[in-house]
Amino acid sequence: MKLDAKIPEGPLAEKWSKHKFNLKLVNPSNKRKYTVIVVGTGLAGASAAASLAELGYNVKAFCFQDSPRRAHSIAAQGGINAAKNYQNDGDSVYRLFYDTVKGGDYRAREGNVYRLAEVSVNIIDQCVAQGVPFAREYGGLLDNRSFGGSQVSRTFYARGQTGQQLLLGAYSALNRQIHNGKVEMYTRHEMMDVVTVDGKAQGIITRDLVTGKIESHAGHAVLLCTGGYGNVFYLSTNAMGCNVTAAWKAHKRGAYFGNPCFTQIHPTCIPVSGDHQSKLTLMSESLRNDGRVWAPKTIELAQKLRKGEIKVTDLKEEDRDYFLERKYPAFGNLVPRDVASRNAKEAVDAGKGVGASGIAVFLDFADAIKRLGEDAVRAKYGNLFDMYYQITDENPYKQPMRIYPAVHYTMGGLWVDYNLQTTVPGLYCLGEANFSDHGANRLGASALMQGLADGYFVIPYTVGDYLATIGPKAVDTSHPAFAQTKKEVEDRISKLLSLKGTKTINEYHRELGLIMWEYCGMARTEEGLIKAKGLISALREDFWKNAIVSGINEEFNQNLEGAGRVADFLELGELMVDDALNRKESCGGHFRVESQTEEGEALRDDENFAYVAAWEYAGDNQPEVLHKEELVYENVKLTQRSYK
Amino acid sequence: MSGNMNLTLKVWRQKNESSKGQFVTYKAGDVSPDMSFLEMLDVVNEGLVKKGDEPIHFDHDCREGICGSCSLHINGRPHGPKHGVATCQLHMRSFEDGQTVVIEPWRASAFPIIKDLATNRSAFERIQRAGGYVSVNTGGVPDANEIAIPKVIADEAFSSATCIGCGACVAACKNASAMLFVSAKVSQLALLPQGQPERYRRVQAMVAQMDEEGFGSCTNTGACEAECPVGISLTNIARMNRDYFTAKLFKEDEV
Repeated sequence: MKLDAKIPEGPLAEKWSKHKFNLKLVNPSNKRKYTVIVVGTGLAGASAAASLAELGYNVKAFCFQDSPRRAHSIAAQGGINAAKNYQNDGDSVYRLFYDTVKGGDYRAREGNVYRLAEVSVNIIDQCVAQGVPFAREYGGLLDNRSFGGSQVSRTFYARGQTGQQLLLGAYSALNRQIHNGKVEMYTRHEMMDVVTVDGKAQGIITRDLVTGKIESHAGHAVLLCTGGYGNVFYLSTNAMGCNVTAAWKAHKRGAYFGNPCFTQIHPTCIPVSGDHQSKLTLMSESLRNDGRVWAPKTIELAQKLRKGEIKVTDLKEEDRDYFLERKYPAFGNLVPRDVASRNAKEAVDAGKGVGASGIAVFLDFADAIKRLGEDAVRAKYGNLFDMYYQITDENPYKQPMRIYPAVHYTMGGLWVDYNLQTTVPGLYCLGEANFSDHGANRLGASALMQGLADGYFVIPYTVGDYLATIGPKAVDTSHPAFAQTKKEVEDRISKLLSLKGTKTINEYHRELGLIMWEYCGMARTEEGLIKAKGLISALREDFWKNAIVSGINEEFNQNLEGAGRVADFLELGELMVDDALNRKESCGGHFRVESQTEEGEALRDDENFAYVAAWEYAGDNQPEVLHKEELVYENVKLTQRSYK
Repeated sequence: MSGNMNLTLKVWRQKNESSKGQFVTYKAGDVSPDMSFLEMLDVVNEGLVKKGDEPIHFDHDCREGICGSCSLHINGRPHGPKHGVATCQLHMRSFEDGQTVVIEPWRASAFPIIKDLATNRSAFERIQRAGGYVSVNTGGVPDANEIAIPKVIADEAFSSATCIGCGACVAACKNASAMLFVSAKVSQLALLPQGQPERYRRVQAMVAQMDEEGFGSCTNTGACEAECPVGISLTNIARMNRDYFTAKLFKEDEV
């Protein structure tokens, strides 16, 4: 199949307006004859479900949590970008577009990114109207800050809880539609598969997580808003329940997977404290505005520190290597996320890591406290310092923080066209779950923007075009495809429950995570990736022989839930490795060791890799088929990033 | 690592809503003080699964104190001994070697037990659906800066809006009242100009739903505020009461 991204013709700034005009509309009195299924209720899902219901469609919404409000969008801290130019500092839709394309290291579509920047301004208006309490100035107008190295102040925020407030806004809009009877809400329901009829998505199979009941739901279109797959690494900043299952099942039903190896590693997370560690906690990267990153100058000093023979405060200035300031004098500690992360890993790999595990570097506020005073530092970062103290029992006002990079976001996801439709007609993908807008690296404060852009302002137009095309003929679950898919789901559950081996689901997950982190994380080599492929496939085989899954289907069974998700991660992991093997260039969030400059910096290869890698599932144990969507840059000139 | 602890856990085990529950005693050995409380339970569960036993079920997700899933009653206190944190942010250094730790689910008739330590908090959902919103559709709203809001008001509304919906307030209350939870949303929207058109309608609808769900009455003892992991204050309840009385006296037609 030839990939058609359906980017509208014409000048960049007119593409979306023209496209909206060209999209078919559904007659208002016909809207109630359609049912749209929305899976996931984070920013993308909740905003889509509410907006479609407001238009008059019937919506069935599903989440695995006990409330839509608990989706992991809730945990986003920093903020949301919008090209409002309220600060009169030179921002514009074009600048936000440009920054996003450049930040994504020229691996995102111009048309999509421009639309994202264009609708960003509407998002802020919408959220304020809902009662989202953004930070304000004394004059009563909205406050902004500069975020993630941006040259303009375009980030709107609500203390360190922007994601929470935006999600509660979307959740309130969703609640209103549930109250009005336009949205039927299914909580504690997990999507187990997509049902396709004559090649079109026409429903889903779900499992009621409390009773175990396997149910079929029919709809005219299915929207997957199911988030990212960072938990393939076991340890990440994702919530424990975040998983790839919905996207992966869709992939196996014909939806191509775009750029699966594009993951984002966030530099300022609290390091691992032991084998019991279940997740990692991110601290806002705003900390790097005043904190200085360093490691001990020699391996000997690092060893003494780890053994507790000396204290960090004993180390003199000349014993410290402020490696970001040394290597990147122009940007210093404010280099982009990928550069900061990779350099921390290099220090640790060189034996200069700190903390009991040796897997961390320092982030030091001593200079900032000297310069600004402890009170000023507290006013800026108090909540982050408290959180750090809470988790580590170390006081960051008295000694440097220990930080280490952690998996935070996945830019890859299901391939979608400009309408957010996957390669399966009627199956759409929104938010982090799709691949579309962030290229090879996402800028800070852009994830919330994309989730809400997709849900509030893109899908209500584009899904209408599809619905108008297929017509309002009633759909139900009587087609044999439903019974067939349901049976496949039930068989798989039985197979999982029959596993009574010796290793727990968690042990498999942790092992997979270590493989992914070691070989498909920040720095990758061909040799390592080939090794990883073998390791993952052996682990997967072992899983289906030796795993233990407890309990039965007909009950609340968290062990069974985990087993299904880890089984899917074990398949996804191998595709990520394939994708990483194929992409022989360094770009954005990942560094391919074979592709670097003489100075050891990432070297992109536009000649050979300016494309989206879209992978087609070809059957169990068959190699996936690679399709390429060439990326065309008509407006932005491709340049090599340099932060020296 | 030195300083690891051995603990005795008394955990509420209950197969499902209709069955009878009981405390079961488990040993948790070699517990690192750096573990979170939930990680300690993860380790216990790994051991149970390996023995062929059912793991202890509990709700959890983000493990950074914001999603509101985790909901354990530990040694008689919602979210355990440490003030101002959810269970997931409680670390084992808050306990001592040899200690007995009693772990129960939220206890309230409006929160029926699903299994072990997981409860059904859908009553909270129905209260929010009854009126916890501003009735605006997507699109057609004014520019964000057309609505000027004094900073103190915006900050106060934000403080109310930080409620994570965990239900600790209900679990802490001897009457299992949901007043703190409901008043947080009522206050947020009553403070903001966007919430004014539906202010009295909202408070009546949400309170009516709260009563229907079987939550108890508020007797102003303040246990809810004391145990709230995000510091939602009792002022919210006072604000809601004032709006509710105003509504009942003068605005009963605004429903």
